[in-house]
Amino acid sequence: MKSNFLAAAIFTLFLVYASSPALALDGEPYIHDPSTVVISNGKYFTFGSGGGGLMSDDGWTWHSGAVRPGGGVAPDTIKIGDRYYVVYAVGGGGLAGGHASNVKIMWTESLDPKSPDFQFHDIGVVASSNGVEDCDAIDPAFLYAKGHLWLSYGTYFGYIRIVELDPKTGKRMQGNKPVNVAIDMEATDMMYRDGWYYLLGTHGTCCDGPDSTYNIRVGRSRSVTGQYVDNMGIPLLKGGGKLVVGASDRHIGPGHFGLLDLGDGVQKFSMHYEADMDRSGRSVLDIRPLMWKDGWPVGGDNFEEGTYEIQSERSGGALELATDFVRMNVPRRGFGGFGGPPHPQNNQQHPHPPAGGFFGPPTGPVSPIPDQTLAQDSAAWPDGNINVDLSDYMVRPHQKWTVTSVANAGGYPGSPYFKITIAGTDRALAATADGEVITVFSFTGTPEQLWRIDQLTDGTYRIMPKVVPNSAEPVALTAVGASTPTLARFDPKSDKSRWNFKKP
Amino acid sequence: MNMLRKAVLMGMGALALLTAQVFSVAQAGGAPAGASSNAQAAHAGPVAPRHLAPEAAVANAPRTIAPYFTRAKAGPKAPDADGFLQRWLLLEPIVKPNRTNTVFTGAYVRSTFKEEYFPDQFTVIPHDGEKVTVAGQELAWHALDSNLFDAKLFNFAYGLNKPTYGVIFWAVTIVNSPRERKNVRLAVGSNSASMWWLNGQEVADLFGDRRMVMDDVVSNLLTLKKGRNVIRGAVINGPGLSDFCVRFIDENGEPIKDLTQSLQ
Repeated sequence: MKSNFLAAAIFTLFLVYASSPALALDGEPYIHDPSTVVISNGKYFTFGSGGGGLMSDDGWTWHSGAVRPGGGVAPDTIKIGDRYYVVYAVGGGGLAGGHASNVKIMWTESLDPKSPDFQFHDIGVVASSNGVEDCDAIDPAFLYAKGHLWLSYGTYFGYIRIVELDPKTGKRMQGNKPVNVAIDMEATDMMYRDGWYYLLGTHGTCCDGPDSTYNIRVGRSRSVTGQYVDNMGIPLLKGGGKLVVGASDRHIGPGHFGLLDLGDGVQKFSMHYEADMDRSGRSVLDIRPLMWKDGWPVGGDNFEEGTYEIQSERSGGALELATDFVRMNVPRRGFGGFGGPPHPQNNQQHPHPPAGGFFGPPTGPVSPIPDQTLAQDSAAWPDGNINVDLSDYMVRPHQKWTVTSVANAGGYPGSPYFKITIAGTDRALAATADGEVITVFSFTGTPEQLWRIDQLTDGTYRIMPKVVPNSAEPVALTAVGASTPTLARFDPKSDKSRWNFKKP
Repeated sequence: MNMLRKAVLMGMGALALLTAQVFSVAQAGGAPAGASSNAQAAHAGPVAPRHLAPEAAVANAPRTIAPYFTRAKAGPKAPDADGFLQRWLLLEPIVKPNRTNTVFTGAYVRSTFKEEYFPDQFTVIPHDGEKVTVAGQELAWHALDSNLFDAKLFNFAYGLNKPTYGVIFWAVTIVNSPRERKNVRLAVGSNSASMWWLNGQEVADLFGDRRMVMDDVVSNLLTLKKGRNVIRGAVINGPGLSDFCVRFIDENGEPIKDLTQSLQ
């Protein structure tokens, strides 16, 4: 009896909702003022202040190796046609550095130092500050939208400015004059979406480790040259700015936003934290999902390990083992309901319900009903593969999934791959060779049992197996019917492949 | 604001040097021949952060507080279209070194402003050109109209050849209300920390490492007297720009504009 109680307690512990903090990038992601993460030769690259940068094969594990000549600070990168333009600032930054600075551009056809196309060509200075004027020309960032190439730059010293460049040459457009668009910002970047231009930048102070107060803010405008206002209508020229992402968890001082659009409604952003509290407070790169709410960008969180209901956005059905429903083991005396069950003789309801009915006022003491245990639910489960389906969520063990990162299995921008198992068991979700989804008795670490979980711009999630055996086509968990999941090509316009992870 | 950036850049310089060496190896090992002269220039360029000197002509030009301020003239001045108060008596900066703005806790700022720097600092209505002596330094009051919504204190100090970093500014203005006005709030933004008093009552405190945002800190509901009201403020800053903006808003958050400012 005692051992049964202990077992039940352990199961309960397994089933209690628990999530661990969002995972920071793997490897050695040490960088300050990172450029927007871009893909070149199938690899991911970002450059930082001082020269050099980081590279990654999968966007999850990062290491040094990126090469950028020119030194200077706070570069940015964009690909237009066959060219990767790289912009950076030399000079400025304040104090002994003064505020005289040049923004310089160069280009290369590849960012991969091992590529024969890796060769930087200097374009020259495209913006500057003379050291006295109300601007310090550092922290440049690109926007390519509607055939125009824009560059924002500036820092806490005076105005943030925008100039236009020629996308074919990278040079400043003839006769173009800088436009002031914001004050009291640093590390700006821009986005264009649905007819709005967005100007992002950091408020707060950088470069002070765990005491840095950097946080990323945004304003928007119908015109690229402003005026940019925040959600309260406060102009960025008067200090406005809606929060996009601030410090959280063990990560302090996010700054240097850069959009990483992966297509199919998956947008992420690169940035640095001034301090990763789990890495001696060093400044590190991170990549996080970008969401949109009421026309404003919202910084999302990378997926957190934990136990969840996995709910279809299409039907609301919960992903579950397709096993026989096990009724709750509770006392049942009568059918319950107001008036109780029909009288056996005259088919009229009892004037008083029998004790133990679920409707109406209790006739005795009330007490909690324990959750159905895994042992109760799983008694008849077979040992082999079990199919999955979608059904009404009933808070039962066969509907609760524990999502756990898998070490040394690679990843994708911002996250490692995960295993998805029935809570309290090793039974794992897996892709099959015929493109369906099942559970296998135990997780073995094969690629078809690894899952990529990307948060979409609306806050729902896309769930993709790392591999479908004998197939190269990327597919996602999809509610092909209201109650039937399968694997299919992700349709960003449909709710079929959108999922919610909810507290179980 | 970015005092520490310098130290970071120095570290980055060393990193850049290392990177350049890596780059040189990559070039020698695999880069195609025939790199353009521009590319060569980029490769051969300086790798450590290079702090350009300000353009000589600009740096040597006589300093001025224009175009940020003009001398206040006699007669009343209305707030700007958004209700911001632009007429101020500003005292040249008092030197108060601070290497970072994160030290501006409430306790620190209160203690610092409580110190007496010049006689009657919480009651005086100074005249343009009036001078006070602080720690042996003679400092003058300037009656100015800001040409912007905010009073750019950095440019005020720079234009007068005064210290720009590690400083305290004092500001005073007279606001005339045509009638008694209840349920108003003083709305302030400042870079960095500041404290504000209305008719001798402390009404707004902006502590910590702040950037200037309009309506950042707003007072409790106040009453503007009919006639003359005195606003007094003190702003402290370490590194970086410093400025402030002040206006009155009503209980709905709308700016109050039927006011005038004067020097006495």
